[in-house]
Amino acid sequence: MRTYIAKRIGISVIILFCVTFIIYGLMRALPSSYVETMAMQLSQAPGAKPYDEWLAQLNAQYGLDLPMPIGYVTWLGDFLTGNFGDSWKFNVPVLTEFYNTIGISFAMGGLAFVFSTAIAVPLGILAATHQYSKGDYIISAVALAGISLPTFFFATLLKLVFSVGLGWFDLYGLMSRDFAQLDAVGQALDICNHMVMPVVTLTVIQIGSLMRYTRTNMLEVLNADYIRTARTKGLPEHKVIYKHAFRNTLIPLVTVIGGSLPGLFSGALITETLFMIPGTGYTSYQAMTAGDIPYTMFFLTFIAIITLLSNLLTDILYAVVDPRVRIS
Amino acid sequence: MSNDKNVKPADQAQEQEYSLNDDRRVKVLSPGALIAKRFFRNRLAVVGLVILVIMFVFSFVGGLVSPYGQDETFSTTTELNTQFAGITETTTRRYTAAPDADFGALVQAKANSAINEGETSFERDGVVYTIEQPAPDLYTFSTAGSVVAYASTYVVSAPAGMTAPSFDFQVAAITALSGASAEKAPAEEAPEVTEEGTVVVESGDQDSAQEAAEAEAAGNTFEADGATYSFDESGNVMDGSGTVVAMVSPFVISASDGNTAIPDDLREALLTAVEADASEVVYTDSEGAEHTYTISYDAYSKVYNVTETTANQVYDRYASPSLEHWLGTDGNGMDMLTRLMYGGRVSLIIGFIVVFISAGLGVIMGGISGYFGGWVDNLIMRIVDVFYCLPSMPIIIILGSAMDAMRLDPWIRMIYLMLILGFLSWPGIARLVRGQILSLREQEFMLATEATGITVPHRIIRHLIPNVMPQLIVSCTMSLGSTIITEATLSFLGLGVKFPFASWGNIISDVNNAFVMTNYWFIWIPAGICLLLAVLGFNFVGDGLRDAFDPKMNR
Repeated sequence: MRTYIAKRIGISVIILFCVTFIIYGLMRALPSSYVETMAMQLSQAPGAKPYDEWLAQLNAQYGLDLPMPIGYVTWLGDFLTGNFGDSWKFNVPVLTEFYNTIGISFAMGGLAFVFSTAIAVPLGILAATHQYSKGDYIISAVALAGISLPTFFFATLLKLVFSVGLGWFDLYGLMSRDFAQLDAVGQALDICNHMVMPVVTLTVIQIGSLMRYTRTNMLEVLNADYIRTARTKGLPEHKVIYKHAFRNTLIPLVTVIGGSLPGLFSGALITETLFMIPGTGYTSYQAMTAGDIPYTMFFLTFIAIITLLSNLLTDILYAVVDPRVRIS
Repeated sequence: MSNDKNVKPADQAQEQEYSLNDDRRVKVLSPGALIAKRFFRNRLAVVGLVILVIMFVFSFVGGLVSPYGQDETFSTTTELNTQFAGITETTTRRYTAAPDADFGALVQAKANSAINEGETSFERDGVVYTIEQPAPDLYTFSTAGSVVAYASTYVVSAPAGMTAPSFDFQVAAITALSGASAEKAPAEEAPEVTEEGTVVVESGDQDSAQEAAEAEAAGNTFEADGATYSFDESGNVMDGSGTVVAMVSPFVISASDGNTAIPDDLREALLTAVEADASEVVYTDSEGAEHTYTISYDAYSKVYNVTETTANQVYDRYASPSLEHWLGTDGNGMDMLTRLMYGGRVSLIIGFIVVFISAGLGVIMGGISGYFGGWVDNLIMRIVDVFYCLPSMPIIIILGSAMDAMRLDPWIRMIYLMLILGFLSWPGIARLVRGQILSLREQEFMLATEATGITVPHRIIRHLIPNVMPQLIVSCTMSLGSTIITEATLSFLGLGVKFPFASWGNIISDVNNAFVMTNYWFIWIPAGICLLLAVLGFNFVGDGLRDAFDPKMNR
């Protein structure tokens, strides 16, 4: 077990190097980077130096005049010593910007995860236990529709109905205009109010795949021999399903929980952008489109680390939860 | 007994002929037919198939049937009122001095009071001016026998492009016209005023030379500067050849646009309209085009404003659904339904090409990895791990904004987009293929292929890949749906398919304008429904295929 974990971590570190190198190379290769945009702006100021001089100066300032591999090593050294640099786009240290935004993303992701699990798992089990019934068809169809629903379309529909039509929520943002005048309770309620539509969007988007996953797994378990045994020995059906089958269905759900971990931290890029929620997703979107190398590198590396960790965690948990699984 | 039955004539129903344990009683289906049977028994799958067929027909046939092109713009005409001219009526006498005479404002004031008191002369600064009234609306002032100024509500102006008439000419013209209008009979040739208050004139219906002759015949002539001029009722002064050399009227017409010359007949019509209190003038110019002018009186500035109502061609933006455009038009004035059809074509084609690329790469890499095992397998699987760990959405967004910065041609951009999407999504398929091949490799039929000496490529292509096909098809069908969503999301963010190409995603991206979202449902809701339906169709079919391929799922 210990050697397995050590081996996995070793491989993960190598993968991480490859991933960060690819991302760094990509960011450096961008034809119109942040620096070029800056140089263009600065050179257009009255009495400014020409564009080329500004470009050279800014490149030197941001360490972009070094060749790409050396630049990568420099970045890696800084990263490993905990020097993440300052965000170019937001003009604050990368970590500050990240701390400011991660909370709201984590809260939204967590809420959506709890809601979607609470809805999807029971429905998935219901569909599996009544396979080929009307309910199963409806649940399967709804699940597939949830998977097929484009986030942006669903979010826009929500906006049209609840913001424009009913006027319950604001179209964008996390705070109302009069946020500063509210007391603490009012501010909390205001933020909750603004989070309703994004969380509903995230929940509906996630529900489909989770429902299908539960149904498929439950069906597999229901076809297992030990369920037949449980039935033949005369156990009541609800006991068969909830004591024998359901508990075994929970095992694969570990994978789902493990897989959704990165999602909690990375923030929902599309949803946050659509609702202009100042979470990590929206922030990183802005940073990426602006060519902000320090922030993008930090964020994507962070995501990669979380992904690798959660993969490892999932595999270990799987072995812990299910004694039949042997790690080799 | 069974012998008995076997010799019975063949026209009897066949099932009755076979004994109970005869194999032929059971209808044997080929594996393909079995799968098809299971597939069609699944209602959701059939619904999905129907949806897909409809979407394909809509996208690929629809574009051919539609009478409009993908980027054909439509325009509409809107009525725009533009200021054409202003007509000012002179109600107070204007003083005009001879070119070399000095007739200042103080003198004018003195002259005014003298006229009002009915005096025949007045004195100012030691100069004595004699007032004469040669015509009802003309006063001339002379010192030492020569006319130095005149006062009249009539204004003499030159037609566009002609030099201003001389002072003597002005005096003579006003004398003649003011005298004539005092005994003015209703003008024969003046444009008619209809009951609704509209004056209708056509250009060129009057021969000016003939008119001059008529005017001369009517005795409307005067002499000035040694030449004879004739005039008509509306104040046009013509020389011997019939050319209008000046206009004399209490009304001053000035075109709002300095470049516009107001034709004489239009001027005449406008004046008639003002005098008759008509509010509209319909004028047909010499080229046959009809113009409608509206006259309104602005009491504040005491000016009759003449506005021309012109029909302007504008793009028919966000037109509501109509018979011509069933789903209205978009922000560029293009037919929405046609855009939707072409958009579907783009979205579906991109989906297929991307899945084709990723499936091709995935099968090759997964096949090699699974079949050979060892270090090759290890290497490929680590590459797969790296790809799995790469956050694909951020990378696509970064590349999308890079392509934005490069200002790539939309067509080339679309090709890059397909390559990127395909290249980022092969690891999933590679993993699936590898897993399948790993388990298949251990089975007896593979041992048999090895024993019979079939070559390695042959073994992989003919014996392994066909067994992976079911899972591959299911996975590809499902990823078609997700690819279409990814493409639409990118296009929605403005990083995918670009104008002039339509895609369902970039059609919906119009809702980034909140006004479009709230007011023009027909722009984005149909595109969203198409997108949803197409993806739903792929998912239903994929799900149905999965169940149909899986023997355990037999009902």
